[in-house]
Amino acid sequence: MADIRNNFVGIKSPNPFWLASAPPTDKAYNVVRAFKAGWGGVVWKTLGEEGPPVVNVNGPRYGAIWGADRRLLGLNNIELITDRDLQTNLREIKQVKMDWPDRAMVVSLMVPCEEQAWKAILPLVEETGADGIELNFGCPHGMSERGMGAAVGQVPEYIEMVVRWCKQNTRMPVITKLTPNITDIRKPARAALAGGTDAVSLINTINSITAVNLDSFAPEPTIDGKGTHGGYCGPAVKPIAMNMVAEIARDPETAGLPISAIGGITTWRDAAEFMALGAGNAQVCTAAMTYGFKIVEEMIAGLSDWMDEKGHRSLDDIIGRATPNVTDWQYLNLNYVAKARIDQDACIKCGRCHIACEDTSHQAITNMVDGVRHFEVIEAECVGCNLCVNVCPVENCITMEPLAAGVMDERTGKPVSPVYANWTEHPNNPAAKVAAE
Amino acid sequence: MPEGRFKEGIAGERLEASQYSENFSDLHPPLDHHEALVESDRCYFCYDAPCMQACPTSIDIPLFIRQISTGNPIGSAKTIFDQNILGGMCARVCPTETLCEEVCVREVAEGKPVQIGRLQRYATDIAMAQDKQFYQRAEPTGRKIAVVGAGPAGLAAAHRLARHGHAVTILEARPKAGGLNEYGIAAYKSTDDFAQAEVDYVTAIGGIDIEYGRALGDNVHLADLISTYDAVFLGMGLGGVNALRAEGEDAEGVGAAVDFISVLRQADDLSALPVGRRVVVIGGGMTAIDAAVQSRLLGAEEVTICYRRGKEHMNASEFEQDLAASKGVTIRHWMQPTRVVVDAGGKAAGIELEYTALQDGKLVGLGQTVTFPADQVFKAIGQTFVGDALNGSGPAIELEGGRIRVDEEGRTSLGKVWAGGDCIFGGDDLTVSAVAQGRDAAESIHRALTANGRA
Repeated sequence: MADIRNNFVGIKSPNPFWLASAPPTDKAYNVVRAFKAGWGGVVWKTLGEEGPPVVNVNGPRYGAIWGADRRLLGLNNIELITDRDLQTNLREIKQVKMDWPDRAMVVSLMVPCEEQAWKAILPLVEETGADGIELNFGCPHGMSERGMGAAVGQVPEYIEMVVRWCKQNTRMPVITKLTPNITDIRKPARAALAGGTDAVSLINTINSITAVNLDSFAPEPTIDGKGTHGGYCGPAVKPIAMNMVAEIARDPETAGLPISAIGGITTWRDAAEFMALGAGNAQVCTAAMTYGFKIVEEMIAGLSDWMDEKGHRSLDDIIGRATPNVTDWQYLNLNYVAKARIDQDACIKCGRCHIACEDTSHQAITNMVDGVRHFEVIEAECVGCNLCVNVCPVENCITMEPLAAGVMDERTGKPVSPVYANWTEHPNNPAAKVAAE
Repeated sequence: MPEGRFKEGIAGERLEASQYSENFSDLHPPLDHHEALVESDRCYFCYDAPCMQACPTSIDIPLFIRQISTGNPIGSAKTIFDQNILGGMCARVCPTETLCEEVCVREVAEGKPVQIGRLQRYATDIAMAQDKQFYQRAEPTGRKIAVVGAGPAGLAAAHRLARHGHAVTILEARPKAGGLNEYGIAAYKSTDDFAQAEVDYVTAIGGIDIEYGRALGDNVHLADLISTYDAVFLGMGLGGVNALRAEGEDAEGVGAAVDFISVLRQADDLSALPVGRRVVVIGGGMTAIDAAVQSRLLGAEEVTICYRRGKEHMNASEFEQDLAASKGVTIRHWMQPTRVVVDAGGKAAGIELEYTALQDGKLVGLGQTVTFPADQVFKAIGQTFVGDALNGSGPAIELEGGRIRVDEEGRTSLGKVWAGGDCIFGGDDLTVSAVAQGRDAAESIHRALTANGRA
């Protein structure tokens, strides 16, 4: 039986599934329910400084996009950090940690960008017995206008500075949560590392407008006729988050920096993919907000069963296993040739592969052969782009089949070379020529 | 339990009064908004879609379904009506399981086609509820065209001709328009007087006059039409019913299934409609099913369909056969009627049938017989075109196989005369095919009338 216990920067939890800092972790009632359901840990919803709490809008806080069957694909929110009194939160954190000592209790923090503010709150959190803190440098709305959240996260120098203050003023591990609303995720990660962070977590939510009401011409969610950009999350953001996790994991400057993955994780498989790309554990929010806390049962069983099936004994056996296989485009093997192949027994003859290829790509799939409706790849035209695979409604009906070395590529009229060759040495690459001179 | 249930012979009020409306409610209730979105999302938007190829009116099915999925049911309805102005009725009565849905790639893949018929109804219902009219008449051409019969073929022809600016007069023998949509379809397939609502919707374009009580060969003559109008479209149905050719056929209680169906459709009070306690329907097509199922729904205790060939030879679709079975109708194969058993009072009391088999590809009687008690027997063994009225009222028109011969554009052997629907040879007796023939004949008429720069 696979061991899925998690040790993330010294913070131990019975499994790698944490609830991310968000509404599900705003108070003891929810967090206790989550722990009863089996969640390995939580990042308590972001605390602000002492004083009158922030206020939220009283209209809709969430917007969403759905599939036709109403499956929630993406969610956005305009909620702020906790709107509960600081002392109430601290008291509850302490009690819950005391009652659930085996679960990870990380506290998310966001206070003004002044050392004194951080110095003031850190001892209060430490006193609760929490396992660590997460610095909320990502919140894209409401707080950023006040010089917090993403306003810090978008300036690497500020990140480094605040992380350093925290490291100097607490013994707790510091996890720096990064905003994706930047051009190069490696910069804030490097800054956090320079400031001494123990880990990064990403991604926070993405600036977004989920819909526009075409009757009122107002963005959704609409508050009294107006809307604002909110933070986007859920299954739709997973590919963006995975790339950012991988970029940090494979950046030589940040390699080895622990990463807590966030972004659309809904199933055990999502979590496993993030971990393979280098994440040490997985934080979940939207999936829990969609289905309730019980989903963690599927996540725990699924991850464990998959690891058993594949012979992975512990999380260390899978973390980062895919990282070396993420590379830059220029290092991809240009001598690798694949062709689409359509399984005629599985084909239901919808013709989508044909029309996608015919209208928008390479005219490499028939629709009629000898007067009969028939879809077949024309190898002499197929560039192996994979579009047909992606638009085919039948799983495994169209597959990409690599050509073995020596086999004739009918498109180029040349046999497939057994030699690895990438763009850096390709004759068409001006840079390659310069290098050769 | 009403006592009517046990009345011998043919009697009404066999059921509780409340049971009738339940029994004759919509066979396929309309999809609601969310159901339509989910169902439309199942469509793969196939290239050169098989469903569209299978539709006799060539409706752009993937497009209209996509329009539903994007929240544009009105645009969807227009896509449907562009090809089939009776798309609302076709959505209800088309045997989709043998047309568009049979070839749906999801039927092929998973045995569960996209519910094209119900989606079509969803879109057309919305447009018709809003009385959304998509077509305007062209400038009047001054041309007058007579359409004989206000059934699906005639209505489709009339609408298309009116769009082109021609003045159309429809001559209808019955007191209502709609043809088989009004008189010949099981009540649970067309509830809430939909056939008349559709007639109103189609004729709302203007330029279409309907004269009722005008029957060809009676008070209308083809020769007069030809001389009075610029063109004539014949869209009559089938007036005759095939005989059983069995002894006792004239007994009280033996009748045509189409008449039973027609009376039922026109009945204001279904409970007053008499039906036998034991009913036998002879035939294997849709009419047999409609008559048998509705007999059961009226409270007949035993209803049996007897068909002279096997299940696989039945014209009624698999779906229709299953529907009949689910309503408690028994279907017996391989037997043909030889004699109606008649009681002393001259009423039907049973029917004797002979077992049959195929021998050397030929249907033969095996000599062995069986007798079923029956106080009502319906003939549903095919209808025939009554050409007498036609050829007695004007110049002879060529027939083929007992029906009017037309070319691919619907032209008959007479110069100014076109025809479509069940009265022509080579059709498949489907509403949707009649619509296609009426529409295409109208285009042919328009081309003929506008040739030489006229009109």
